[in-house]
Amino acid sequence: MDKKTPLFDVHEKLGGKIVPFGGYLLPVQYGTGVITEHMAVRTRAGLFDVSHMAELMFEGPDAVANIQKLCTADISLMTDGQVKYAMMCNEKGGIVDDLVIYCMKEDKYMLVVNAGNHEKDAAWVGAHLSGDVKYEDISESLAQIALQGPEAEGILRKLCNDKYIPQKYYHFIENGVADTGTHKMDVMISRTGYTGERGFELYCRTEDAVDLWNALLSAGEGHGLIPCGLGARDTLRLEASMPLYGHEMNDDISPVEAGLPCKLDGKDFIGKQAIISRGKPSVRRVGLKVTGRGIAREQCPVLDTAGNVIGRVSSGTFCPFLGFAAAMAYIPAEGYELGTEVAVDVRGRKVEAVVVSLPFYKISQ
Amino acid sequence: MNFPDGLKYSKTHEWVKMLDTYSCLIGITDFAQSELGDVVFVNLPKIGDEVVKNEVLCDVESVKAVSDVISPVSGTISEVNEGLVDAPEKLNEDPFGSWIAKVEKITASLDLMDAARYEEFIKSEEA
Repeated sequence: MDKKTPLFDVHEKLGGKIVPFGGYLLPVQYGTGVITEHMAVRTRAGLFDVSHMAELMFEGPDAVANIQKLCTADISLMTDGQVKYAMMCNEKGGIVDDLVIYCMKEDKYMLVVNAGNHEKDAAWVGAHLSGDVKYEDISESLAQIALQGPEAEGILRKLCNDKYIPQKYYHFIENGVADTGTHKMDVMISRTGYTGERGFELYCRTEDAVDLWNALLSAGEGHGLIPCGLGARDTLRLEASMPLYGHEMNDDISPVEAGLPCKLDGKDFIGKQAIISRGKPSVRRVGLKVTGRGIAREQCPVLDTAGNVIGRVSSGTFCPFLGFAAAMAYIPAEGYELGTEVAVDVRGRKVEAVVVSLPFYKISQ
Repeated sequence: MNFPDGLKYSKTHEWVKMLDTYSCLIGITDFAQSELGDVVFVNLPKIGDEVVKNEVLCDVESVKAVSDVISPVSGTISEVNEGLVDAPEKLNEDPFGSWIAKVEKITASLDLMDAARYEEFIKSEEA
């Protein structure tokens, strides 16, 4: 039985097309459609319900030690209000999940993990906890809304005093307050996102989610803000070449193969030795720009010019802002430099593509 | 949702406009384009290709998926709508005005519905 987020009724009222995702029922798009929603985020602003994400709290004298052991990132120098991207790896050096780590204070951290891996991650953490640490899954008590796009800050300022809005990327303000005019609510405001645009991820109490969502939509009216679904969330993250678990990462792929940050000469973490033992990776994640007619999608074989299968697409779609189809794929680590021509087998048709650098899209500063 | 009279409809959401006894235009319905989402590629069939009723005529790609267009008739492709190559979004904007292929020398056809029956069919599928 799929779960509903606190905003389910709002999505239905807004005309959201509801689909199952990660154990939840969420809108894949609204009447506006994926392309309009994608372009809104790139040019003005978009609003996403991301309450399906799971939040795991660690507190106590051994909180740091536990997170250091579980995650690839070194959190020992994190300051209050800082956010870090990391992965949890298994003993084979594969990736259990990717996540973000929020440093609330020196012995209190919140890990935000993927909805689809919620149970797996909770079990993994539970199996590896030790020492004096209080671990709590607070997902049910929190809702999360993402406000992304060039107009995001202007919109947020209508509800929040400047002092609650973090100025630096990958930083957050824990005790923010949003004032809708009729109602003040506690909001944790994080300058993070999964779209490649400037924007925020807002955490609030479940019971405040509907008010916060509606207040943001109102505040965003003159700024072109529209609600956006999972379809646009995927095209945006792919255009920005951000990895997605189950596609660019899984229990077998190592952070090194995925091209994700992983220090192997620093502190120890579960899977570090296995990653080192794997040695130089034989495959790596690359970007492909489709030059022929068609869309390279996940699972499509990648072929060399002689027609031999050399790899597989992990994610692919049409990129509305860039105007071409792009894909991320795993192909041999050697011999396929930038500019190499390849082909993708799209339902039996060979569609030409070329190896390009990542990210496909980068925000202009 | 539109269901123009004067056209015939298939269960897989294609419309057929008979031009005379043995030739027709084929397109996809308003329901089909709405289910598909934003169309980004139309992979047109080739002129001269033989098509068989209930088999794939061509495919259409939206951002999220590929969908087969099923031929409602058996015959030979005599023309294709090249305009859809550069403007695939026309299938979303004007599904009944944007034919995909013209078929001639029709030898067989699926049982097709009129507008009223197709509308009922959709309602019963949605329920």
